[in-house]
Amino acid sequence: MNLHEYQAKRLFAEHGVPIPDGKVASSPAEARQIARELGGRVVVKSQVHVGGRGKAGGIGLANTPDEAEAQAARILGMDIKGYKVRRVLVDQQAPGIKQEIYLAVLIDRAARRPMIMASAAGGMDIEEVAATTPEKILTVHIEPALGVRGYQATYLASAMDLPRELWRDFHKIVASLYACFQANDASLTEINPLVITGEGKLLALDGKMSIDDNALSRQTRLAEMRDTDEEPPAEREARLSGINFIQLEGNIGCMVNGAGLAMTTMDVIKLFGGDPANFLDIGGGAKAEQVTTALRLILSDPNVKAVLINIFGGITRGDEVARGIIEALAQIDTAVPLIVRLAGTNAKEGMEILAEAKMETAVTLSDAAQKAVAAAKRGAS
Amino acid sequence: MSILVDKNTRLLVQGITGREGTFHTNQMIAYGTNVVGGVTPSKGGQWFEGDDKRVPIFDTVKSAVEATGANASIIFVPARFAVDAIYEAADAGVDLIVCLTEHIPVLDMIAARAYLETRRITLVGPNCPGLLTPGQAKVGIIPGNIAMPGNVGVVSKSGTLTYEVVDALTRRGIGQTTCVGIGGDPISGVSFIDVLQLFEDDPETEQIIMIGEIGGNAEEQAAAYIARNMTKRVTSFIAGRTAPPGRRMGHAGAIVEGGSGTADGKIVALRQAGVTVADHPDQIVDLIG
Repeated sequence: MNLHEYQAKRLFAEHGVPIPDGKVASSPAEARQIARELGGRVVVKSQVHVGGRGKAGGIGLANTPDEAEAQAARILGMDIKGYKVRRVLVDQQAPGIKQEIYLAVLIDRAARRPMIMASAAGGMDIEEVAATTPEKILTVHIEPALGVRGYQATYLASAMDLPRELWRDFHKIVASLYACFQANDASLTEINPLVITGEGKLLALDGKMSIDDNALSRQTRLAEMRDTDEEPPAEREARLSGINFIQLEGNIGCMVNGAGLAMTTMDVIKLFGGDPANFLDIGGGAKAEQVTTALRLILSDPNVKAVLINIFGGITRGDEVARGIIEALAQIDTAVPLIVRLAGTNAKEGMEILAEAKMETAVTLSDAAQKAVAAAKRGAS
Repeated sequence: MSILVDKNTRLLVQGITGREGTFHTNQMIAYGTNVVGGVTPSKGGQWFEGDDKRVPIFDTVKSAVEATGANASIIFVPARFAVDAIYEAADAGVDLIVCLTEHIPVLDMIAARAYLETRRITLVGPNCPGLLTPGQAKVGIIPGNIAMPGNVGVVSKSGTLTYEVVDALTRRGIGQTTCVGIGGDPISGVSFIDVLQLFEDDPETEQIIMIGEIGGNAEEQAAAYIARNMTKRVTSFIAGRTAPPGRRMGHAGAIVEGGSGTADGKIVALRQAGVTVADHPDQIVDLIG
C-alpha cells in the first residue's frame, strides 16, 4: 500500500526526520488559510499516488496566501496520469536550496536485507543518474539484528562529500528513516530530495512510503490511511474479499487461482489471439463465497464477452469452486458464456457438479483458452 | 534418487488440527508420506484421527522431534504465528522446514532468513506449495495424482502453475524426480540456484524445468548460475509476459532492478545462458521430449 507524501512525511517526522511545516488542504480557501498561518511563502503540492507530479504541473510555488489559493484552485481537480487531485499539501518554502540529496531505505530481494541507498545527485532526475552514472548511487546493507551502524552513515556522508558540519544531522536522519521503515513495516521509505537549505540545514522536502500489505493487519493505524478514492471500486471490493483483481482492457474475463497461473492464463489467451479483461487471483483455499464475488466482479464489466475459469486445485478444492460457480449463476443472470477448467484437488467432484449444470468445460489450459477466445469472438460479432 | 524429500522423510505437521492442516495431512498420508507427528500448542497428548492413520499430537516441535525422530516439518499455521513456527522448528533441530503460509510480513522473513543462515537448515517457502517426490513423499499440497516418478526435476516460484506443468509432463508420460515449489515471496528460503544445484548433483535427475515469473531478479541470477555451473539441460517458462506494468511508486525499485524484473528481460537472460524458454506451459513437454 502506498502512502501520500503528507502521510509519509508525518511518519518520518515522528521518527525525527526534519520536514517543512505544512498542512493538507482540500479546498483553495483552506490552502489560503494554511499559507497565511505559514507566513505566505509556500509550495502547493498535489497528493496523488503517482510520480512525476512536478513535471505534470502538479506543484506550484506561492509567495502570498492569495497566490496559494490560486495555485490550489489550479491544482485541485487536475488529472495527473489518470489520478484526480483531491488534496494538496501546503508546505512552507525551504529557505533556499544548495543541494539535493537522495536517501532511501528499501528491501534488496537479492541480498535478503534492507538496504540504504543514497546519492549526492538527488532530485527529479535520480533514475537518469542511476541509469547513466550508477557509481553515483551508494548502497549499504543493513544486518537486521544490528540495525544501521554509525560507520555506515559516516561512509555515506563521506562518499557523498557532505559538508562535515552536517554529518551529525545526517547520521540522525539515516537512523530515523530506518527506524521509521522498521516500525511501520515499510517496503520503501524515500526522501527525494533531502536538501541542504540556504541556512545550511538538512530538510526532507519530499517523501514516499510504501507499506507491506502483509503487515497491515498489525499496522492498523496505517491501514486506516489507505486512500480509497484512488482505488477503483471493483478493485476495492475485491481486496476486501481477499481477491487480487486488476481491471484491464480486453473482453475475456479470467478467474484463476494463484498469481503465476493467473498471469499464465492471460499470456495463453493472448497467444491464441484473445485479450484478457482482467487479472484475477482468487487466492489459496478460496471458498464458494469468494468465487461468487469474483464472478460478479468479472461480469460487472460490460466489455466481457466470455469468462475463462481456470482452477488447478491444491489448497483450493475443485468441488468448492464448482459450487461457487453454480451459486453465483443462481444470483447473477448472465448470457456470457463460461468456460471452466478444473484440475487437481477434488477436480473430479467439481467437474461432476459442473457437468450436471451443463457447463462448457476443458481439460487443458490451451484448450480452455482457445474455447474462450472462440466464445468471445462469437459474442463480439 | 531425488532431492530434499524421499522415503526417509519423517514429517511433522505444525498446525495439524487446523482446517487446511487436517485436510492436507490426510492427503499426504494417503500419498504414502511418513507423517510421524503433529504439533498444536495446547493439544499435546491428543491424537490426530486421520482417514488412514492415527498421528500423535504434541504441544511443541521440540517434544515432537524427541518422541518421533522427525527430520522435517511442514507449517500450516496462520500468518501471524507462522514465523514463530519457523523459529521453533529450527530450534528443535529438523533438517528441512517447509512453510506453506502466505501473507507473512517481509521484515519478519528477513529476520528469520538471517537466523536460518547461521544454521544448517533448509527452508522451502513461505507461500509455496511444498515438494513432491513422486512415489515417495509429498510434503505440501501439490496434488499427488498429477505426478509420476521419472527423471525430470521441476522447480517453480509459482504454486498452481507448477501443477499445470507437472500435469502436462505426466500426461505425456514424462516422470519427475522431485517437484519443488520455492514460493514467490520477496524473501524466501531456498532459491532457484539452491535447487538447481541439488538437481545438478542428483544422479537420477537428467534435466530440469524451471518456472519463473515477473518481478525480482531470481531468474536472471539463475541464468548466470546455469551458464557457469550447470551441465544438465534446463528448460524454462516465465509467467507474466502480458501483465500490465505495476503502478510503481518511488524510484528505488527502478534503480535497484534496472531493466531486469520484466518477463522479456528474464527470457533474454535465460536464452543467453542456453536455456530453452517455452511460449506457454503446454509447450514445455514438446521442448523437452
